[in-house]
Amino acid sequence: MENLVEIKDVNFAYDVRPVLKGINMTVPRGKIVAIMGLSGCGKTTILRMIAGVLRPKTGTVKVAGRVMHQLDHEALYAMRRKMGMLYQFGALFTDLSAFDNVAFQMREHTSLPEPMIQDLVMMKLHAVGLRGAQHMMPSELSGGMARRVALARAIALDPTLIMYDEPFTGLDPISMGVISNLTRSLNDALGATSIIVTHDVQESLKIVDYVYFMSDGMVVAQGTPDDIRNSKAPFVHQFVWGEMDGPMPFHYPGAPYAADLELEGARA
Amino acid sequence: MKGLRGIGNHVVGGVWRLGYATRFFLVTLLRSATSFRRFRGLTFREIYFAGVLSLIIIIVSGLFVGMVLALQGYETLQRYGSSEAVGTLVALSLVRELGPVVAALLFASRAGSAMTAEIGLMKATEQISAMEMMAVDPIARVIGPRFWGGVISMPLLAAIFSAMGVFGGYLIAVVLIGVDEGAFWSQMQNAVDFREDIVNGVIKSVVFGVAVTAISLFEGYDAPPTAEGVSRATTRTVVTSSLAILGLDFILTAFMFKGV
Repeated sequence: MENLVEIKDVNFAYDVRPVLKGINMTVPRGKIVAIMGLSGCGKTTILRMIAGVLRPKTGTVKVAGRVMHQLDHEALYAMRRKMGMLYQFGALFTDLSAFDNVAFQMREHTSLPEPMIQDLVMMKLHAVGLRGAQHMMPSELSGGMARRVALARAIALDPTLIMYDEPFTGLDPISMGVISNLTRSLNDALGATSIIVTHDVQESLKIVDYVYFMSDGMVVAQGTPDDIRNSKAPFVHQFVWGEMDGPMPFHYPGAPYAADLELEGARA
Repeated sequence: MKGLRGIGNHVVGGVWRLGYATRFFLVTLLRSATSFRRFRGLTFREIYFAGVLSLIIIIVSGLFVGMVLALQGYETLQRYGSSEAVGTLVALSLVRELGPVVAALLFASRAGSAMTAEIGLMKATEQISAMEMMAVDPIARVIGPRFWGGVISMPLLAAIFSAMGVFGGYLIAVVLIGVDEGAFWSQMQNAVDFREDIVNGVIKSVVFGVAVTAISLFEGYDAPPTAEGVSRATTRTVVTSSLAILGLDFILTAFMFKGV
């Protein structure tokens, strides 16, 4: 199957702090791929590279066969029009209503007449179940509703690639289930390809086709959801089952406990 | 040695930021086409937020500044028997200096700080990133209209400030104290020159509008995406804008009124 996204030997550092170390990933067309790992392990950085916001120090990120960091401004924006992104907290434009948020890209990038935009926005809002909330402002929406409006906005121009940055964070179980089901159904209905950056293991394993596990800027495990559930790799096992101690120690490295308590005879 | 390195770091950081701000300003100018192509949809709205919503503070402040000028001016002028010249004093002070300067200071505190906070929060809540991801240039779509909205509003606000100041001066000098109304207005009309005073005042307010709006937008765009970052940026906007206004006012005055 043809790959929509190909990440090859990518290294990246913020100033001198290395964030990605030799990352290799592929995302086949039509599939949903999850990138999991602890906070700060470089997951979101990968999304930003796929979108062409960041340039890798070495290696290449290809989307639809084009190397993102080699594109000029025009070509980069043309590529981004084929991408949709759902941010962690929605990132809705606070001065626009739910309707106008979804209509934003249509008005910016197309010359569609307003009645047609009205119909398209209604269809997108209907797909996420929020047609009735079209006039509400972002401040009037609950966290789950805001995320759904943001999802409708992300799919406004029927993107080829949809990226989700921590889509389940801070949601109640019902909203989480709704978002996760929508992710799968919209991906299949639109014939799109999705990448989900998350650390919500159980919810995402239900809907994704393939998983990459990252730790400390490297891919440490990968496989189908069943491979991941049955993995014996200590890091994956600890992560999937939420164990307190393991390869990721519970205690942050520091001086010996006894020394910190200044106990007599404590050895350094 | 450590202290010296700290000073060096500070200077290099300052120069770097100045360069970044200049580049930001130039890019804003270069990508201004959207602000004019979609004037009614985008820039008009910003004129409302920066200009119309600042009207109350500008009108009230202008009125009081004019009234105080008339009271103080009358007190001094009557000692020399020329109390009718109070109109001239009020008008020249306002049109040449106080109108543009005080209106710009108020504009920086009211509209400038609001712009910084808005842009800073848009950044903190990833609205700016989302816009970039949607292939919409935030400089053209968000910064440009706000910049031109501010630049257009500022001279209008300064003119309203001066007009209200003159009216305040009239209320005190003519209505309250009883200075001759004909002398008050005629002396004012004779003394105030359109080219020398009014046009120069307008030029000043345009320059202040550019400076305040550019500083406010840059501080918002450059703010760290945290509550503390936005709060610091808002404070910096008011402080930097105020200093810029006063510094620029001195330079402009030195050039404009050198023959006086």
